[in-house]
Amino acid sequence: MNWRSVKTIYVAEMARSLRTVLQSIVSPVISTSLYFVVFGAAIGTRISEVDGVSYGAFIVPGLIMLMLLTQSVSNASFGIFFPRFTGTIYEILSAPISYFEVVLGFVGAAATKSVILGLIVLATASLFVPFTIAHPLMMLLFLVLTSLTFSLLGFIIGIWADGFEKLQLVPLLVITPLTFLGGTFYSIDMLPPVWQVVTLANPVVYLVSGFRWSFYGMGDVSIWASLGMIALFLAVSLAVVNWIFRSGYRLKP
Amino acid sequence: MSDATVIHVEGLSKVYDSGFQALKGIDLEIRRGEIFALLGPNGAGKTTLISVICGLVNASGGKVLVDGHDNVHDYREARSRIGLVPQELTGEAFSTVWDTVSFSRGLFGKPASPVHIEKILRSLSLWEKRRSKLITLSGGMKRRVLIAKALAHEPQILFLDEPTAGVDVELRRDMWEVVRSLRENGVTIILTTHYIEEAEEMADRIGVIRAGELVLVEEKRELMRKLGSKALTLHLSEPLTRIPEALAGHDLTLEEDGHALVYTYDAARQGEGEEEPAGIAELLADLEAAGIHFKDLHTRQSSLEEIFVSLVREGA
Repeated sequence: MNWRSVKTIYVAEMARSLRTVLQSIVSPVISTSLYFVVFGAAIGTRISEVDGVSYGAFIVPGLIMLMLLTQSVSNASFGIFFPRFTGTIYEILSAPISYFEVVLGFVGAAATKSVILGLIVLATASLFVPFTIAHPLMMLLFLVLTSLTFSLLGFIIGIWADGFEKLQLVPLLVITPLTFLGGTFYSIDMLPPVWQVVTLANPVVYLVSGFRWSFYGMGDVSIWASLGMIALFLAVSLAVVNWIFRSGYRLKP
Repeated sequence: MSDATVIHVEGLSKVYDSGFQALKGIDLEIRRGEIFALLGPNGAGKTTLISVICGLVNASGGKVLVDGHDNVHDYREARSRIGLVPQELTGEAFSTVWDTVSFSRGLFGKPASPVHIEKILRSLSLWEKRRSKLITLSGGMKRRVLIAKALAHEPQILFLDEPTAGVDVELRRDMWEVVRSLRENGVTIILTTHYIEEAEEMADRIGVIRAGELVLVEEKRELMRKLGSKALTLHLSEPLTRIPEALAGHDLTLEEDGHALVYTYDAARQGEGEEEPAGIAELLADLEAAGIHFKDLHTRQSSLEEIFVSLVREGA
């Protein structure tokens, strides 16, 4: 294991987000806070409790999840797409490092950023709405696993994309809709019976539900289904990344 | 593979997905400590060859050993010995010179060494620019940064893909100096170039690649000797209308409206035990006898460029 190389990539990636602190940290925190203000503090007081939790508190885990998914994907995808776009990828490909080490550096940095963001947003949320965390360790586990998995997905997108449009495509057209429809703003019990079944096909439901469980001890699906789903995601993403490097897809002609 | 060989390329071929065959069974040995120039027209396979050796492109067949290490199975050992300066001027636009060069060193797994980085930056006249962001640098300076990045991990072998493309003459001379001093420090240098002048100026050996095949690998001196020709031009005091009978035995042509006599001879005849290029003394004696006087003379040897053009044309 070439830890020095991993560290070099990791540190450079972290430094990149510090250089762009407004875009990579301040902006997601502000936009998520706006949701808390509008849906939690303003409208939330007029909505009755959901599953015995005030509406403002109910949406906290889902909103953090929404931010986590989109930020992980866009951070990680940009991280690897940019060197491909500018051509500096040559240096990474010619360095004496394994593919695993490259992924560890890039995805590790993207996931770290997401976890930090998640914690900042969590702290910010507590300023607007009162909430409790029933299982803090599980909450952290979900935070880390989700950040990691979706950073891997972002890495894959960053390699697949051959232009800036494709880079935005998945976060905007797939992740955001799935998260909005994945129980961020509602419990799926509130849906008509047919949609309750259909919505189970949405993988984000399991993530939001599991995360919410770690806050309030209850979710739309069992905590084990949520953990199973995130593990499955992680496994699939790892398999795809492995295939990308073995085949040289979009990296090595 | 002997100790003197630092890169061993055997039967290397590359067919791109498009079906284009960029390399057709290349065999090549690079000697430790030499400057090897790879010449060839656009699309001949120069960059592909370098890219395969450095690990940027997968080979379709054949193998590459770097200092005895297979560049696929033992890529860590192989790659750690190589520094690559790419053709394109790329770089993290918003990084500083210092940061980007330090990054390269770390990426190759070497412990940080501000002393070494300073040495490199100074030798490339980049020290004053160390805090500048890449985006603010000129093309020539960016090229130097790329060289600094490639040298950051103290490689034994340096690949320079078109190092002086788009670089002004003065800077090109500076760059040559840098390359020479690297060689003095024992670094093996492989460069591709369009500027034949560059190969002529610097290389110990020359390889010519054409349509994916190495058509020639030769010592530069040997190549110039074998394929070059020399011409002696005599500027006459009085113009001639035709070559006099007395001089018919020499290979002469009349040029510049009869103001110059040009004697062409084979450069290869030089140095083969003959003190003097064959025929010059006789020619001068015959001129004297024929009463032809000249006011000036010069000799010129065909350049590598002419040799190269004729080689590449041959196969076209």
